[in-house]
Amino acid sequence: MMVNSVYKHLGRLPSVILGGVVAVAVIAGSMSNSGTARAEGTLRVGMTAADIPLSWGQPDQGFEGYRFMGLMLYDGLINWDLSSSNKPSGLIPGLAESWTVNPNDKTKWIFKLREGAKFHDGSEFDADAVLWNFDRLFDKTAPQYSARMASLVNFRIPSVSYNKDSNTKGWKKVDKYTVEFTTKSPDSFFPYQICYILMSSPAQFDNTGKDWNKFAQNPSGTGPWKLTKMVPRERAEFVPFKGHWDSSRQPKLDKLITIPIPDPNARTAALLSGQVDWIEAPSPDAIPKLKERGMVISSNLYPHVWSWHLSRVKGSPWNDIRIRKAANLAIDRAGVKALLGGYAIEAKGHVTPADPWYGKPSFQLRYDPAAAKKLLKEAGHGPNNPVKVKMMISASGSGQMLPLPMNEYIQQNLKEVGIDVEFEVMEWQSLLDRWRAGAKAEQANGAHGVNVSYTTQDPYSSFTRFLRCDLHAPSGVNWGYHCNKEIDGLLEKASLAFDPKERDIWIAKVHTMEVDQALFVWVVHDVAPRAMTTKVQGFIQARNWFQSLTPVSMK
Amino acid sequence: MLTYLIRRILYVIPICLGVTVLVFGLVHLAPGDPLSAVVPPDAPEEMVQELRVAYGFDKPLPIQYATWLGRVLTGDLGVSVARGREVTSELALAVPNTLILAVGGTLLGFTLGAFFGGVAGYFQGRWIDKLATGIAITGVSVPHYWLGLVLVIIFSVEMNVLPAIGMGPNGSSTWVWDTEHMKHLVLPIITLSVIPMGIITRTVRATVAEILNQEFVQALHAKGLLNHQVLMHVVTNAAPTTLAVMGIQLGYLLGGSILVETVFQWPGTGSLLNSAIFERDIPLLQGTILVLAMFFVFLNLLVDLVQSAIDPRMVR
Repeated sequence: MMVNSVYKHLGRLPSVILGGVVAVAVIAGSMSNSGTARAEGTLRVGMTAADIPLSWGQPDQGFEGYRFMGLMLYDGLINWDLSSSNKPSGLIPGLAESWTVNPNDKTKWIFKLREGAKFHDGSEFDADAVLWNFDRLFDKTAPQYSARMASLVNFRIPSVSYNKDSNTKGWKKVDKYTVEFTTKSPDSFFPYQICYILMSSPAQFDNTGKDWNKFAQNPSGTGPWKLTKMVPRERAEFVPFKGHWDSSRQPKLDKLITIPIPDPNARTAALLSGQVDWIEAPSPDAIPKLKERGMVISSNLYPHVWSWHLSRVKGSPWNDIRIRKAANLAIDRAGVKALLGGYAIEAKGHVTPADPWYGKPSFQLRYDPAAAKKLLKEAGHGPNNPVKVKMMISASGSGQMLPLPMNEYIQQNLKEVGIDVEFEVMEWQSLLDRWRAGAKAEQANGAHGVNVSYTTQDPYSSFTRFLRCDLHAPSGVNWGYHCNKEIDGLLEKASLAFDPKERDIWIAKVHTMEVDQALFVWVVHDVAPRAMTTKVQGFIQARNWFQSLTPVSMK
Repeated sequence: MLTYLIRRILYVIPICLGVTVLVFGLVHLAPGDPLSAVVPPDAPEEMVQELRVAYGFDKPLPIQYATWLGRVLTGDLGVSVARGREVTSELALAVPNTLILAVGGTLLGFTLGAFFGGVAGYFQGRWIDKLATGIAITGVSVPHYWLGLVLVIIFSVEMNVLPAIGMGPNGSSTWVWDTEHMKHLVLPIITLSVIPMGIITRTVRATVAEILNQEFVQALHAKGLLNHQVLMHVVTNAAPTTLAVMGIQLGYLLGGSILVETVFQWPGTGSLLNSAIFERDIPLLQGTILVLAMFFVFLNLLVDLVQSAIDPRMVR
């Protein structure tokens, strides 16, 4: 927004400044324009992160950390299929060639490991490496245990069995290339959870003096890229790992450079001035300028939802389903999409109708202010007696798109049907603190909802953590204390369905009920716009938070 | 003079201690959990508590302060919670980068400021005074962030003659004083120099104008001294005030500008502070602010000593 407003005012610059412009341009032009030669096939990416994500195995910086560090240097036992842009991204074999649940004891999973896979340091990947990596996250007596690393990922794998008192582990070696995992209870979501655990090299840990910070400077995984240089807060450089086990994922580039540029205006300027070839998340109002300058804008649906998470604690207006439905009917989602420059998809639920988990909800999310007013009237509200709600929102934040203008737009929509919204605007981390604390906490300060955008990448992240009765604070992030035993039953059936198609059917039933009961106020799904020069070739934007840069080349 | 010198140096000790209390207190006054930005929001409380203990955030604040101060006195500023790197090594990377910008901004800002201020003061009330004053007011009024953006749009995006971000084609680790790297300096230095230029212009103008109205100047003219000889006396008398202001401005510039370094992605102390604030990285935040505050304290000491050397009345 700033860039455009600055552009608009350029014409009014006084002549004295223009004189200065000419002077600086002359000085700059007199300097050598030789530039520094770059190797052919070098791609420079401007990330939104403020620093290079941690490179020791489990990355920080959220899913961008996985995208631009974790899944480049490392593999999981199970990987995401990032090869297609026109179907939902599913799970595919990674360092495990296959995984099966024991039909007689569905808490036991057998993972057959890939033979011949090597770490960047040349050491071999095998069952011992798997056990070592799990010990790294759970066993406090292991030299490789890292509390910091564990804090980044253990919450993503809640099913795995581990007793910290007796140090009894839910992972054991069967033979050199077979590992058995035990879950706390039968859980078909386990493969989705284990794909977040990335395999670091035990040999390299020894080589770097058993010090994770030193390991991070010279990391070693089995992934398709090797880290060759890292300057904190400035850049990370990668080259292809020629010994990667999957020849179809051999990078085509000679070199990849990632540069943290958290400010969106700086990212746009860097792309337009030729300092990077690709930027993540250009701001919507910069996109017309980028297109005008010949940049390619890539976008695709991915598992993201921008919604209002509602409080169901005593006294919350959202306890009345008619008010929840009215709010969902009052929002002009097409208008919100236009506000975002068209780079969004209007929400029809927590996931999109293209998702196998969508189901068949009878409540249609549409813009129908008349129907919203009728529902509010039935609920005892009218122009003289509006519903009053207080929402916690952030001024910015990961995945939050344009939270202030979007929320203000929605506030206006709701005002028009008789819902008065008061905002408590706060910094992103403060919002997350309060989100974690739950709607009953003192920090919630009586708020009836919170605006945090979510991933819908896997069943647990999409549904279980928000809907299961026992996952409210401090056990989880069911912020609003939602509880419906029927939904709990459906979630349990889904977790007990080991046939993926059957599991999807149960999850779809959960989603159907979630939409029919209007448990959230859903607004849009992001489409992850990224801008690049026409030199960038071969990128396939998968329907995933993660992306593969291995097929990319430079023309 | 020697007594003054010793007394002035001794003053620095309680000031430094006070600075450590302020730095620690202000950082911990900010609401929120010091680990909230470092651990993912879904991380269970048990895990967060484990980290809290590991980093010592579970202890009472006076004990945390005493532990931190003890380490600081041995030169250990701790380890960044977010990045796992030593704060001293982070500062060792960032401070030289900011120094490059600060020295450049200082030279440009002070030179222009002294020139415009001197001319405006000497020709008070004339059109040249009004022009210089106008430039000074513009300098102090224009927001850094806006000016940086405008310069980037003009010279990087539209004209494509200067780089928009960074400290060189391959980052700061390969910095050399060649044309390619110097091009990266031009826009941030111009942006950074504008405010000190404005402030120094106004200070020098006011000081020169005031001195020119003093009786000793008339006496010098009456003695038959030439204009440039009188001017030398004026400059000598204006120097202490100007130096004091320059010292403060240099302190600000050495502290790095969060906004300028963010706009230009300059990997200096401002950028480091920005990261530390957003990640609530308390050890990094404390260490960086402390070092920058110490710069300020020692710079003021230096300015005081130079002032007293120039103007012996200061000692009295």
